[in-house]
Amino acid sequence: MTDATWTQADTVREPQFGDYVELLKPRVMRLVVFTALVGLLAAPVPVHPVLALAAIVCIAVGAGASGALNMYTDWDIDAVMKRTARRPIPSGRVTRGEALTIGLALAGFSVVMLGLFANLVAAGLLAFTIFFYAVVYSIWLKRATPQNIVIGGAAGAFPPMIGWAAATGGVSLESGLMFALIFLWTPPHFWALALFRNEDYARAGVPMLPVTAGPRATRNQILLYALVLAPVAVLPAFTSVGGPVYLAGALVLNALFVRGAWRVWRRDEAEAIADGHRAEKRFFGLSILYLFLHFGLLLAEAGLHAIGLVPAAWPVLA
Amino acid sequence: MRPDSHELYGRRKSRNLGVGLVLGAFVALIFAVTIVKLTEGASMQAFDHALRPELVPAAGN
Repeated sequence: MTDATWTQADTVREPQFGDYVELLKPRVMRLVVFTALVGLLAAPVPVHPVLALAAIVCIAVGAGASGALNMYTDWDIDAVMKRTARRPIPSGRVTRGEALTIGLALAGFSVVMLGLFANLVAAGLLAFTIFFYAVVYSIWLKRATPQNIVIGGAAGAFPPMIGWAAATGGVSLESGLMFALIFLWTPPHFWALALFRNEDYARAGVPMLPVTAGPRATRNQILLYALVLAPVAVLPAFTSVGGPVYLAGALVLNALFVRGAWRVWRRDEAEAIADGHRAEKRFFGLSILYLFLHFGLLLAEAGLHAIGLVPAAWPVLA
Repeated sequence: MRPDSHELYGRRKSRNLGVGLVLGAFVALIFAVTIVKLTEGASMQAFDHALRPELVPAAGN
């Protein structure tokens, strides 16, 4: 084969570096990095900044690896959904084989390096998270049950726990509550999205709740989860990572979240279609801000603790 | 037209540059972590199928 024939055949789908970066789902990575960093900084054990950076890089790369593995398994779903049709595999920029290779290689690297940089507990949790997202959620649950997002949400909830474990070498009530916050937040967040992206999921054959049980049941579940989430989200205020600043912020945020869920609940589909799912879209936007601000409040509390600004008699559970 | 002037090589160059930078950053990270761990006095030896007295915790520790 001459050089000329080879280049003509392969020019069209020669991937760029940016295509590989896109495989790692950089937007999801940002949330992972932020929550893991908060988990690490809120921990009572100080970590050298270089070691903290190394641990966060490993957690981010591990999250990226599971993103690439998810794109490998979900290429057919991605191709028919408007939101995901431009991803590297369905758009033909990266092959499935490349995604699998990159995903597996980065998964192995990130776990081993986190074990060396931090400790085996953090590395074990990262390995479990990647397995959970790439296998339990992407392969087993996503196409099989409307509870996919409920159980699969655990994968997104682990990062702060891994950050905490990187600092302390273990898990605790505090890191468990950070896990619970994201775990319980995930279903209402994605169900709100599914309410106004229902056609996309139906076309792809993904059994999201609005597809299988209908919008009414989904609205009920959104309100139910918001009501269960609210007390869990406030609880960290009464642990070693919380304080009055977190308590005040969490009370406001959860009142807004429950109000948003209530507004979504009291509507029917005709009303939602009439105004272009305005309340659902607003609730979805609010849910992103809700999670970001909760972890922002924990970060603020970590800063206040670091400079000794802690109330003398604050009730702490453990 | 020179064989290496094809536009494909230009795109490969950008990809290779990206991979090179990532590998360079990885090396720098390993180096920085090594310096920090050495400075903090972390144990630099692990079990290697032979008993070394310095790895046995002292009594009372």
